[in-house]
Amino acid sequence: MYEFIFYLSSVIAVIAAGAILVVRHPVHAALYLIVSLLALALLFFLLGAPLLAAFQVMLYAGAILVLFLFMMMVMNLRTERNLPLLLPANWGGMALLALLLWLVLLLLLSRSSLDMADNIMVIGPTAVGNALFGPYLVVVEAAAILLLAALVAALYLSRKGKR
Amino acid sequence: MSLTQWLLTLASIGLVLLGLLLIGAIMSYGERRILALLQDRLGPNRAGPFGLLQPVADILKLVSKEAFVPPFADRMVYTVAPIIVPMTALLSFAVVPVSEDGWLADLNIALLYVLALSSLRVYGIMLGGWASNSKYSLLGGLRSAAQMISYELPMGLALVGVVMLSGSFSLREIVAAQELPFIVLQPLGFIIFLVSGIAETNRLPFDLPEAENELAAGYNTEYGGIKFAFFYLGEYLGVLLIAALVTVLFLGGWHGPWLPGVVWFALKTLALILLFFWLRTSLPRLRYDQLMDLGWKLMLPAALFNLLITAVLGLFWMKG
Repeated sequence: MYEFIFYLSSVIAVIAAGAILVVRHPVHAALYLIVSLLALALLFFLLGAPLLAAFQVMLYAGAILVLFLFMMMVMNLRTERNLPLLLPANWGGMALLALLLWLVLLLLLSRSSLDMADNIMVIGPTAVGNALFGPYLVVVEAAAILLLAALVAALYLSRKGKR
Repeated sequence: MSLTQWLLTLASIGLVLLGLLLIGAIMSYGERRILALLQDRLGPNRAGPFGLLQPVADILKLVSKEAFVPPFADRMVYTVAPIIVPMTALLSFAVVPVSEDGWLADLNIALLYVLALSSLRVYGIMLGGWASNSKYSLLGGLRSAAQMISYELPMGLALVGVVMLSGSFSLREIVAAQELPFIVLQPLGFIIFLVSGIAETNRLPFDLPEAENELAAGYNTEYGGIKFAFFYLGEYLGVLLIAALVTVLFLGGWHGPWLPGVVWFALKTLALILLFFWLRTSLPRLRYDQLMDLGWKLMLPAALFNLLITAVLGLFWMKG
C-alpha cells in the first residue's frame, strides 16, 4: 500500500512538472508547480523525512508560491500567454545526452537502492534539530547572515525618496 | 496492515467526517441564533422546533440551485477552489486529540502539519477570487493572500513557545505535558495565537477579504449553490479547528477534574466558539492598513519577544 502511494505520488509529481511546460497560462503553470511540490512532499514523508515534508509544504507551497501567485494576480497577466516551448535547432544531440545521463542515473540507482528500500529510517524533528545546531551550527549561522544581508539589500533597493 | 484494518480506518475516517460536517451545520445555525440574541432579534426560528432544522433547509436550498459557472470565469480553477477550503480544515482534524486515547493520527510533526495545511487554505480563497474574473473577487483574493501570509508568521512564532515547553510537535504529547495549562505559562503566546487564528479564518473583525460594504461579498461574490456552500462550510470548520487547537495547545485539552476528558475538550472548544461569535457582534471591522500594521508592527515583535523570554527562562529552569 505504501509502495502504491509512493508510485502514485511520483507519477503525479512528474506529470504535473511536465504540464508546466505545456500549459499556456502562467497561473495554471504555477498551480501545476504547487501540485508537483505537494506530491514531492509526500515522497519525502514516505522516505522517512517528515520534517522536510512539512517544511516543503509550509515554505515552498504555502509561502513562496503564494507570493508568486500574488504577483501574477497584481500584474494581471490575463492577456499574456506562455510562449510555446522554444527548441533550439539542433536539439537532437542534447536530447541524446540527457537520455544517456538518465540511463546512467537509472543504473546507479538500481545498484544502490535495492538493499536500502527495505529499511527506511525515519528521521524525526529532534534529530534534525540536533544535527543543525550541533555539527552544522556554523553553516546555519552563515546562511542566516546571508539571508539577513539579502533582506537589507531588498530594503535598500525598494526604499522611497532619493536614490 | 490487513484488509479489515484498512476498512476500520476508512470507517472511522468516514464517521469523523460526518460528525464534523454535522457540527459545521449546527454551528451555522447556532451562530445566527446567538448573533440574533445579542442584537435583540429573533433569528431563524421557523423550520422545526426553535428553527433547529434551518441548516437542513439551507443545504437543501443550496444543493437544489443551478450549478452555474460564469462564462468569464476560469472553469477549472473556479470549480477546484471552493473544495480546497473545507478540505484543508478537515484534513487538519486528523491530528487533533479529543481525549487521552481519542485521536486518529499521532504524527511527530502534527503541529507543523496543521500549520502547513492552514497555509494551503489561502489558495482556496485566493484562486476563488482570481478565477471568478471580477474586480470585487480579485480584490478579496488579494487581500486574503496578504492577510494570511502576514498572520501566519506570528501564529507560528507564538507556537514555538509551546513547543519549547512541551518538547514535542505532537499534539497528543503537548496536551500530556500540560499539568498546568500553557495559558498560564504563555499568556502572550495565547493572545497572539488567538488573534492570528481569528485573522486566519477571515472572521470579523478581520474579515477584510469579504468586507460586504466595500467588496460586495469579496472572493465569493461570483459563487452560488453548492460551491458557495463549500466556502461557507470551510469558514465554520476553520473556526472549529482554531477553537480546538487553542484548547489543545493552551487550555490543557482533555485535562480537567471530575468530568471525562472528551467532555472537557468539548466544553473548552464550545466556550472558544462562543467567544468567536461574541467578538463578531461587538467589534467593528479594521481598516486594511490597520490590519497590516497590527500584524507586522505589533504581533510579530510581540511574538519574537515572547519567544526570547521563553527561551531565556527555559535555559534557567528546564534541564535537558
